[in-house]
Amino acid sequence: MHDKTLTELAASLAAGEFSSRELTESLLARIERLDGEINSFITVTPEQALAAADAADAARARGEAGPLTGLPLALKDIFCTTGVKTSAGSRMLDNFVAPYDATVVEKLNAAGTVSLGKTNMDEFAMGSSNENSFFGPVKNPWDGAAVPGGSSGGSAAAVAAGLVPATMGTDTGGSIRQPAAFCGITGLKPTYGRVSRYGIIAYASSLDQAGPMARTAEDCAHLLGAIAGHDLRDSTSVARGVPDYTAELDAPLAGLKIGLPKEYFGEGLDPEVESAVREAIRVYESLGATVREVSLPHTHFAIPAYYVIAPAEASSNLARYDGVRFGHRCEAPTDLTDLYLRSRAEGFGEEVKRRILMGTHTLSEGFFDAYYKKAQQVRRLIRQDFLDAFDEVDVLMGPASPTPAFDLGAKKDPVSMYLQDIYTIAINLAGIPGISVPAGFAGGRPVGLQILGTHFAEARLLNVAHQFQQATGWHLRRPALAEESL
Amino acid sequence: MQWETVIGLEVHVQLATRSKIFSGASTAFGAEPNSQACAVDLGMPGVLPVLNEAAVAMAVQFGLGIHAEIPEVSVFDRKNYFYPDLPKGYQTSQMYHPIVGPGEVEITLDDGSTKAIRVHHAHLEEDAGKSLHEDFHGMTGIDLNRAGTPLLEIVSEPDMRSAKEAAAYLKAIHSIVTYLGISDGNMAEGSMRCDVNVSVRPKGQEAFGTRAEIKNVNSFRFVERAIAFEVERQIELLEDGGEVVQETRLFDPERDETRSMRTKEQANDYRYFPCPDLLPVVLDRAYVDHLRDNLPELPADKRARFQEALGLSAYDAGVLSASRDMAEFFEAVKDVCGDAKLAANWVQGELSGALNREGLPIQDSPVSAQQLGELVARVKDETINGKAAKQVFQALWNGEGESADAVIEAKGLKQVTDTGAIEAMIDQVIADSPAQVAQYRDAEPDKRGKMIGYFVGQVMKASRGTANPQQVNALLKEKLDALC
Amino acid sequence: MALEHADVLRAAHLARLGLNDDEAAHYLDDLGRILAMVDQLQTLDTEGVAPLAHPLETTQRLRADEVTEPDQRETFQRCAPAVEQGLYLVPRVVE
Repeated sequence: MHDKTLTELAASLAAGEFSSRELTESLLARIERLDGEINSFITVTPEQALAAADAADAARARGEAGPLTGLPLALKDIFCTTGVKTSAGSRMLDNFVAPYDATVVEKLNAAGTVSLGKTNMDEFAMGSSNENSFFGPVKNPWDGAAVPGGSSGGSAAAVAAGLVPATMGTDTGGSIRQPAAFCGITGLKPTYGRVSRYGIIAYASSLDQAGPMARTAEDCAHLLGAIAGHDLRDSTSVARGVPDYTAELDAPLAGLKIGLPKEYFGEGLDPEVESAVREAIRVYESLGATVREVSLPHTHFAIPAYYVIAPAEASSNLARYDGVRFGHRCEAPTDLTDLYLRSRAEGFGEEVKRRILMGTHTLSEGFFDAYYKKAQQVRRLIRQDFLDAFDEVDVLMGPASPTPAFDLGAKKDPVSMYLQDIYTIAINLAGIPGISVPAGFAGGRPVGLQILGTHFAEARLLNVAHQFQQATGWHLRRPALAEESL
Repeated sequence: MQWETVIGLEVHVQLATRSKIFSGASTAFGAEPNSQACAVDLGMPGVLPVLNEAAVAMAVQFGLGIHAEIPEVSVFDRKNYFYPDLPKGYQTSQMYHPIVGPGEVEITLDDGSTKAIRVHHAHLEEDAGKSLHEDFHGMTGIDLNRAGTPLLEIVSEPDMRSAKEAAAYLKAIHSIVTYLGISDGNMAEGSMRCDVNVSVRPKGQEAFGTRAEIKNVNSFRFVERAIAFEVERQIELLEDGGEVVQETRLFDPERDETRSMRTKEQANDYRYFPCPDLLPVVLDRAYVDHLRDNLPELPADKRARFQEALGLSAYDAGVLSASRDMAEFFEAVKDVCGDAKLAANWVQGELSGALNREGLPIQDSPVSAQQLGELVARVKDETINGKAAKQVFQALWNGEGESADAVIEAKGLKQVTDTGAIEAMIDQVIADSPAQVAQYRDAEPDKRGKMIGYFVGQVMKASRGTANPQQVNALLKEKLDALC
Repeated sequence: MALEHADVLRAAHLARLGLNDDEAAHYLDDLGRILAMVDQLQTLDTEGVAPLAHPLETTQRLRADEVTEPDQRETFQRCAPAVEQGLYLVPRVVE
């Protein structure tokens, strides 16, 4: 069962080939057996999962099953879940059980999905390798020496290892797309505002967006339909109808205009990654698409702008972790300042502290204009680059990451780690949607093709990605680990 | 040296919304600690703010009430600092693009003159919780019920030149917000709080002196006292060759002094930046126009109308328009009785006196405006005389009767205007008072006027106060003079 | 813009992050390099470009003024480190 896609599993459940309970039990057993090594889960919730599976089976027996009823998935440990620990990968929240569900979780529950647990992540979603988790690093199922990417590293690895057919991730600067690329799965970051942020622990509020991670674009289409939509509890969520994202999946691509940003094929791009991506473009040409080069002239300012805006927002968003109402509190504080200083020093890991310090510094008196205001101006220019490009072409394509997954411990210097996100970060600044689909291998590690569209063009992206997956088999490849059956 | 005082006020007004500015928790005062602090107010992980429409409407109404510019776009910023009563580690406020632009408030001084005080801007923000310093084993308790209550911070220009002007300004703001119904204005419960910026400068000097900010001055009286103390302190300091330090001070009403708040090691740096969880608030013209069209008449306009249209004195108009409740009560009395001046006299005289004695606000008056209006109408149409009217008022106050007419009827207070009946009473009094009649007759004609009082008193007594005093007077004079 | 030791200490103080000397030195080094990367922004002419705070330039939606949140104190305080009589406890705050 573990080798099926979400869509296939839905068909099997509908056909009565097996029950949701049987499927859930089988996957829980796989997690039990394999995840000790991969460490993709922070919390597994067998009891809740089986109860939800039974409820789903009962609903099906009553003839009340929807398209997602009884399908197992897992949630990045950044989505608040009633009664189940939500840690955000941090010691700070190791003891935190939210008294509410994130809107995404509510919607998935309402759709009848079965959550198997909460997946590992870089602390507070800050990282590109999942090495910044309080709960330990995650191993890439394709190669135990490699990172799974981050920050939704556990979510990507769990899918790649066949522990669960789909997961929910979040993406602030590439945190869905880059791990999806590193782990050879499909990951979609929707348009900013498409999916409610309510109940998702905030990293950088103007950039954060939740999205599905699964084997195929078709699976992602089903899931996006379930989680997208306006939420009265999130002021930044957009009041706009949710289309049937599966409706256009089969639309032919003849006449599709693809733009290749020349800045995404420059220095630093691994040659094997480049050739895999170029090969994917040729597949699109064979499907009737036309290809032209475009320019996103401010690309190289995206990382600098991001590392002003995201840490600034984070420094403020993370001020609530003060050891007073929830979360870690130091032992026997001597006074209020001691309570703050020690609770926060003990609760946060190194990368989180680095970004808090960075954001605090750039917002402080005398620096605000030079950093924050400047970065926001650059943000407008970056967004304009994309809007201009989408006047010319339907989608943009390029690599999701300049290299395949790197080795655990390989990037000790934060700046070199940050530069990894060169192809993903601008997308969050512009708020546009992007998807990464498996497109081959480099050095035995998966390569992701990133496809970008204009605001709210998710249906188009999913169509373009799905057609590639109809024409190629990269997304069907499994690491040896996932081939193991019980 | 002659010194001039320069004062600016920052007034925080709690808006009378049902729910909080960014959450659906109740704003009711006095609940069990933390029972009205929801996930958003507590700054729980992942939860988000959504702006309350009523808070926006109230802020705009205030802006319209002070004839301020209402910018089309306003933006919420985060003011970042750590304090246990500030759950998120930042206060959501408006630093750069406030909801209300420059406006003006007219204040009335003791001599009846008026002065315009400029308002720099007013912005929306969320209130913080409260620290309770009772001893919890050496710990402080935090109650976050108040956290997230909408505040309108009204920032004046440094236009006030005396403690009295500052108090008058505060009263004017109080009167505007209560008129608009956007705040209960209850200073004792902290619905209105005030920070005062005070400096002094040699008279004639243009440049401002260094100012001190006095925090949390929470009554009209304290504002005057805190400023008086602070001005004296600064002048003494300067005259002794010292310098005023720019600092925050706290007013201690018990000792009647201000004192420096311990300055924390480093100055605050609030790192304001636009709140990424909230979007710019855009007010379309139609919305603002709608609020403008539905604005109640404000105190300054009311005062002018009371003088011009109703012919009241400046003093009466000022007193009767000072609060919305007072003005509404007065107007209701006036509408029932049809005589503005009589209504004004009764509301300010008999009614206010009785309310003051009992310490009651006018909205809790045992005598309703309808009842008082009917009573005044009976005075006006001379159904009862002034003396009887006071009896009727007292009876209504004590709940002895539904209406003035009922009391008049029950107590037989209807004024006797029947000449025959009055003459009969006069004849009886003259017959019963031979000595006084003799004195009257023997007196010089110009002394007789005073002596008639005795007879009037006797006749009124005989009529149990119901005889028309003017008629009694005239008839008595006629009859007594006839005896001379 | 060169970063100094004092800047790191100041930021750590504002952010209430306890740092020892070694950590402060370590972050000074890291932040210095990150800021050097960020300083590329200064090479770009942004004269006249309006800052962009949100990727979608939409406007704030307003909610009706209704009390929708019931008292959930007990639930919320279950994850609190120290409470008494419904209050969150912190070390004595001296005004």
